[in-house]
Amino acid sequence: MSQEASGRARAVAEEEAVVEPARQPRRTTRGRGWILPLYTGLVIVYLFLPIAVMILFGFNDLKGRFNFTWQGFTLRHYRELFVFRDLTVALKNSLLIAGVTTFVATALGTMIALALTRHRFRGRAPTNMFIFLPMATPEVVLGASLLSLFLTFGTARGLITILVAHVMFTISFVVVTVKARTHGFNKEWEEAAKDLGANPWVAFWKVTFPLIFPGVLAAASLAFALSIDDYVVTTFVSGPTTTFPLWVFGASRFGVPPQVNVMGTIIFVAGVLLALGTVALQRRRT
Amino acid sequence: MSDIVAERRAALTRRSLAPYFLLLPGLTWLGVFYVWPTIQMFFISLQEGSLATGYHLTWHWQTYGDVFTKYDTQLLRSVTYGLIVTGACLLIGYPLAYFIAVRGGRWKNALLFMVILPFFVSYVIRTLSWKFVLADQGMFLGALKNAGLLPDDFRLLATPIAVLSGLTYSFLPFMALPLYASLEKLDRSLLEAAGDLYASRRKAFLKVTLPLSLPGVFAGSLLTFIPVVGDFINAQLLGSTNTTMIGNVIQRRMLVNNDYPEGAAISFILMLAILIGVLVYARLLGTEELTG
Repeated sequence: MSQEASGRARAVAEEEAVVEPARQPRRTTRGRGWILPLYTGLVIVYLFLPIAVMILFGFNDLKGRFNFTWQGFTLRHYRELFVFRDLTVALKNSLLIAGVTTFVATALGTMIALALTRHRFRGRAPTNMFIFLPMATPEVVLGASLLSLFLTFGTARGLITILVAHVMFTISFVVVTVKARTHGFNKEWEEAAKDLGANPWVAFWKVTFPLIFPGVLAAASLAFALSIDDYVVTTFVSGPTTTFPLWVFGASRFGVPPQVNVMGTIIFVAGVLLALGTVALQRRRT
Repeated sequence: MSDIVAERRAALTRRSLAPYFLLLPGLTWLGVFYVWPTIQMFFISLQEGSLATGYHLTWHWQTYGDVFTKYDTQLLRSVTYGLIVTGACLLIGYPLAYFIAVRGGRWKNALLFMVILPFFVSYVIRTLSWKFVLADQGMFLGALKNAGLLPDDFRLLATPIAVLSGLTYSFLPFMALPLYASLEKLDRSLLEAAGDLYASRRKAFLKVTLPLSLPGVFAGSLLTFIPVVGDFINAQLLGSTNTTMIGNVIQRRMLVNNDYPEGAAISFILMLAILIGVLVYARLLGTEELTG
C-alpha cells in the first residue's frame, strides 16, 4: 500500500507543480518571521538526508562487505555496475514489468476514467466506490489474497503473476489521476468534431486524446513508479523471480553492495530529470 | 423515415452502452485479480490442515478467534503505530504545507518538488539509508557518543523509536501533499475578512484556515494510516521482535510458515478493520472524497 499511496500523493504533487496560478506578492505576510522558513528548510534537509546517504555511499571505496563507514572516494562501482549478474537480471525484470504494467494499466484505467467522467450511466456511484477499494486495502492484504488465488489453482508464480498483480494495484491510481485531469473536459469539442463529419474513432484520437494527454502522461509515470518500486505485493507473487526491490531487500541481510546505491542514484537522477523536463515542456506549451 | 428512426435508436443504444464497454476490461481485471482473490482468501481462512497433509475447507471459524488471541499484541501495536505516525506526520507536515502554500511565493513549486524528492528513490533503499543514519556508530549516534553526550551502549536501531521514525520519514510526503492541496485552494479573502472583523491571527487560523483544511487532513491521514498499519518493511529492517507489526505476521504466516489459514484470517481481519475505520472516519469528517 505504501507505494500506492505514494502514487496518489505524487499525482497531487504533479498536479500542483504543473498548474501554477500567477499570484500577486502578498504584502501582509512578506518578510514576516523566520521560524517557519527555517523549519521548512530543516524538514527538507531531513527528507533529503537518506537520499544524500544513498548517493554518497555509491562512491565509497569500501574494502569489506558492509558499506557502513566512509573509506575514500572511488568511481569503481560506476564502472563495475553490472558485476552482480543476478542484480542486473533483477533490474531488467523490474524495468520490463514496469514497462508492460504502465502500458496495460494506463490503457485500462484511462478507459474507466473516460466512462466515469464523460458518461452518466447506471452504476456510476458504485463503480467509483469500487475503484477506491483496492487503494484502501493494505498492500500486504492484496499480496496475501493474490497468493491465496494462485495457491488454490496451483498457478506457477513468476513474471506473469507479478505483472498481473502490478496491473491490478495500479489501475485505480490511473483512474484517479486521469479523472482529476479530465474534470473540466469540454464535451462539446468532441461533438463539434462529429458534427464536422469525423467518425467517433477519429474524433477521439484527434480531439479527446490530445486534451486528456497530460493526465494520461501523469498517470503513466505514476504507474511506472508504483510498479518499479513495489516490494510488498511482489514478494507474495514472485515465486523464484526477483525484481530490483526484492534483490535489495534480500541483500540487506548480508550487506548491500554499493552497486545498489549506484543504481538507486541513476534511477533517482533519471526520474528527477524526466520530471523537470516534463514540467518545462508543459510550461513552454502553455 | 423509418430508416432514420432506426438509425437514431441504434446510435442511442450505442451511446448508452459505450460506458459499459469502456469499463469492461478494467473492471474485469479488478474482478478477477482483486475480488476473486479476496473471496478465495476468505475460504482459505476457513480451512484446516497442514502443508504436508494439504488444507481442506472445514468451515473452521475457530481460526479467527485463535489469531485474535495469538496476535492481539501485534494487531494493537500496528494500530497504535499507525495512530502515532499519522499524528507525527500531521504535526510535522502541517506547518510545512502551510508555509509552502501561503508563503511559498515563487519558490512554491521548487519547495513542493523537494518534498516529493524521496519518491524518486526506491522505498527499500530509502529505509536502508535510514537504518544507516540511525546506526549505533553512525553519523549521529557515533558523533554524540564521541562527544560524550550519550552512553556508549545507547542505540536506536531495534527500538520502537527507529521503526516509528522510519515510518514517519517514509510517509511524511503523503500527509504534506494533500494538506498543501487544501491549503493552497483556501480563499485568502476569507482571512482578510476575519482580520477586518477584528479576529486575531490565531483566531483567524483556528476559525478559518484549520476548518477549511480539514479535507486535506482527512485525505492525508488516510494516505498515511492505511499503509502504515499494513507496513512490514520498516519493522523488519529497523526493528526487533519487540516491534513486530501485523504485516510481519501475515508475511511470515503466508510465506515462511506456509500457515495459509491463519495468514488469510489475519489479512481478512486487517482489511475489514481498515475499511470500517475509514468509513467511520469519513462519516465523522463528512467528506465526499470517497465517492468523488
